[in-house]
Amino acid sequence: MNKIATVLTALIVALLPLASQGTPENDLKEFRAYFAKKFPDVPMSDFVNGVYAVDKASREQWESFEEFPSYEIYIDKGEELFNKKFANGKGYADCFPNYKKGIRQNYPYFDKKSGEVITLEGAINTCRKDNGEEPLKWKTGPIAYISAYLANLSRGKTFNIKVPNDPDALAAYNRGKKHFYSKRGQLNMACADCHYYYAGSQIRADILSPALGHPTGFPVYRNKWAGASAKGDGMGTLHRRYEGCNKQVRAKPFKAQSDEYKSLEYFETYMSNGLVVNGPSQRK
Amino acid sequence: MNHNRRLMLKGSLAAGAVGVAIGAGLLTPRAVMAAWPKEAFESSDLNTALSASMGSSDLSDSNKIKLKAPDIAENGAVVPVTVTSEIDGTSSIGIVVSKNATPLTATFNLGPTTEGYVSTRIKMGKTSEVIAVVKAGGKLYSARKEVKVTIGGCGG
Amino acid sequence: MAKSIKVRAKAKNGVATVKCLISHPMETGLRKDKKTGKAIPAHFIQEVTCEHSGKTVLSAQWNSSISKNPFLSFKFSGARAGDTIKISWVDNMGESDSAEDKIK
Repeated sequence: MNKIATVLTALIVALLPLASQGTPENDLKEFRAYFAKKFPDVPMSDFVNGVYAVDKASREQWESFEEFPSYEIYIDKGEELFNKKFANGKGYADCFPNYKKGIRQNYPYFDKKSGEVITLEGAINTCRKDNGEEPLKWKTGPIAYISAYLANLSRGKTFNIKVPNDPDALAAYNRGKKHFYSKRGQLNMACADCHYYYAGSQIRADILSPALGHPTGFPVYRNKWAGASAKGDGMGTLHRRYEGCNKQVRAKPFKAQSDEYKSLEYFETYMSNGLVVNGPSQRK
Repeated sequence: MNHNRRLMLKGSLAAGAVGVAIGAGLLTPRAVMAAWPKEAFESSDLNTALSASMGSSDLSDSNKIKLKAPDIAENGAVVPVTVTSEIDGTSSIGIVVSKNATPLTATFNLGPTTEGYVSTRIKMGKTSEVIAVVKAGGKLYSARKEVKVTIGGCGG
Repeated sequence: MAKSIKVRAKAKNGVATVKCLISHPMETGLRKDKKTGKAIPAHFIQEVTCEHSGKTVLSAQWNSSISKNPFLSFKFSGARAGDTIKISWVDNMGESDSAEDKIK
């Protein structure tokens, strides 16, 4: 009797988390439906433009910038770096053979063999490591330029991130989802507070961007980062922004390309499935 | 640019020395035209700056000048500004930011076939009036717009 | 060797619209180096010129209040696809660069 009860309980307990957490597919449906309802006048495809999809005034300024965006300087730099061969004679093209056809939309993905979430920046440094080169720093500079070059070649390709039926993949997805909805820091705010519940609203002098479409524009050229850079280099990776956001709610940030941020990227990009690659992009 | 020419330009801003240098064939005519109106661009006074660069500080507002700039700048370091002038004979366009430390920001001298249109991105230290100045037929016309510059938000 | 000037020029009905993006720090001279506390020297483009068919169509004079990595757009008539334009700049430190581009 006891044994059956234990087994049954174990079964129910095992199934409960799945039921309460929902499936990624259901999460995605709800996410898109929520933003479609919140911003009825915004075409779904426009969410790749972040805050400019929901705020007319800043959109006009952004359209001026799009006449000749500053990030084009860094796409060029990325192209130069991408085409430079490693000391062993090989090059990035050997690691990314389909790069010309567009590959940005495939990241991040869950690698069953290693049990890790693989991001584009992660793949770039793995390529370097496999070819005897030193890894690049994760947040700014060359990795952002190379990522920008690859993203630019992938413009318009649709994100279709998969969460395979694998407990580790699901765990990574759920870890990212948990980060998104959990309050943190001295300001006790979750990503969701600004970018889900209050998307489109004003926080002091900023308009909050909707989370739907968030990762599509990365790596990003931020005017703010450009202003703080002596050379006017405003390029930064998604994890640079995650770190900044955590700091802004006065929470201790995680490291770029840490499991936590990779999981968050996995969740956020999955939530942008159906939208297209829009990187690099220019933002405030 | 040739090192010697560079030294020549730096050391000989006085008209006399420049004249001698041209005569000696050390400076090309193009390099001479690059004599930069220092007084105008370093002046903290709007009227002094305008007089020094455009010959006068007498501005007449004109509705034939369209000044496009945001109501609220997203970032004061990069404010997109476009000036379109429909005034006949527009020969130059100037951009002035009243409350900047050095109000005169740019002057554009247009060739005879060049349209009265310029677009650029400027730095604004704080909320200020942006003035587009158009020189046509020896007279100065203007259009003004206040651009708010804010800082602070969660994004910084 | 990558040049500092990116140009995009298109002609329509005889009028060329030119857009340039120039890589330049446009340093005002008012910023201080965080580590040394010393002022970073002013380093900005003072003049930009555009030439077409041997004539100067635009001569712009700037101070350091033009944004970093400056953008400039202007229009002129008498232009045809295939014509060459030349954009040049000179800065306060005597540095310069120029680029030629064909109007599309």
